[in-house]
Amino acid sequence: MCVAIPCKVISTDGLKAVVDAGGARKEVSALLLDRISVGDYVLVHAGFAIQKIEKEYAEETIRTFNETVALLADYDRSELFYESGE
Amino acid sequence: MNTLNPQKLVQDIHELLPHPMRIMEVCGTHTVSIFKSGIKSLLPPSLMLISGPGCPVCVTAIEDVDRAIALARIEGVILATFGDMMRVPGSTSSLLMERAKGRDIRVVYSPLDTVTMAEENPAKKVVFFATGFETTSPSVAVLAGEAMKRDNLFIYSVHKVIPPALTALIEDVEVKVDAFLMPGHVSAILGTTPYLFVAEKYKKPCVVAGFEPGDILESIFMIVKQAVEKKAEVEIQYKRAVTPKGNPKAVALLREVFEPVDSRWRGIGVIPDSGLRFRKGFEKIDASKAFDIAVTPSPEPRGCSCGEVLRGIKVPPECRLFGNVCTPEHPYGACMVSSEGSCAAYYKYSR
Repeated sequence: MCVAIPCKVISTDGLKAVVDAGGARKEVSALLLDRISVGDYVLVHAGFAIQKIEKEYAEETIRTFNETVALLADYDRSELFYESGE
Repeated sequence: MNTLNPQKLVQDIHELLPHPMRIMEVCGTHTVSIFKSGIKSLLPPSLMLISGPGCPVCVTAIEDVDRAIALARIEGVILATFGDMMRVPGSTSSLLMERAKGRDIRVVYSPLDTVTMAEENPAKKVVFFATGFETTSPSVAVLAGEAMKRDNLFIYSVHKVIPPALTALIEDVEVKVDAFLMPGHVSAILGTTPYLFVAEKYKKPCVVAGFEPGDILESIFMIVKQAVEKKAEVEIQYKRAVTPKGNPKAVALLREVFEPVDSRWRGIGVIPDSGLRFRKGFEKIDASKAFDIAVTPSPEPRGCSCGEVLRGIKVPPECRLFGNVCTPEHPYGACMVSSEGSCAAYYKYSR
């Protein structure tokens, strides 16, 4: 239940933010964070941005996620395991 | 993180493990990741990963589900909750069964979705059945602020908090845990301060872990390394989301709205200060005060070992109901209900 996903902030008025989650746009509440700016990466859980994530880490995670998706399409699970670490 | 090499980590864990260890993953999302990736099969047999009580769906008490059902049965009430709660069995029914009987029960993604629901249904009373750990409860604290501005939006809080549950587990003589994988997203809110006592008082190594298989392996490696060095510290592996201080704004909001209360965990019993109730001043939106929902306490289902499973004393197949009477399609006990419950994860990935 505590699943949260890294998303990129596309626009924000300080109260709400539109985020990009792997290509999907979603409006989330920004009320739990002090300041967020366009281009920030945030963790989103149940419609709220709950924490900021450092950009390099977020991009790494998103890149790994995309690679994992690609690998899932091409390889079996055993190979995936060794390739999908960060 | 760029240097993380799962193969090397597995090798190092095998070489370094100084003595048999039982490591508890507290969080249900970790449980699923561990089962899904098959990590257990890569670890030394003397290193056991045991699942803890970290699925808020599973630990919601039967009587709390009964109260949510009682709320849904009140004329003019729309009960809203997270999708995970729909199938959780109460003593005689579930929210899904009640919806099939015509009660107005709706699944929301965000607690704030109930604000629109209340605005669109001015003649109805909207009640949000709020479950979850500290990852979720700050969002419900925000909802509480919105609800106070309205007359038809209420919250039934059965939120739980993690640190007192850790104390209860450690103090339980039946539970044998040497170290903890701490929940990643609860810690994104709380930071690491609330866990310091586990390392300092009880001398158990703790690592806040991310959710990818590589994260979990690295966290296990970090625990093993602490054991080798005979240290007990709270370390953060999941650095991309967790800082020692967490999210102070979210914690402050949480404390403004809620206060600790003794709370019953399904299968475990009452743990002091492990729940959240509304502070004084929020009576107007507190569904437990605004509605009459007295229910009689119910015993756990007979033969169900969820209590032992949630405390890491038994693994799911050791329960005699597992896989025959109790399946994900027809869950009997709490751990089979949620996809993040230990029994459901075991049923899906390890049979």
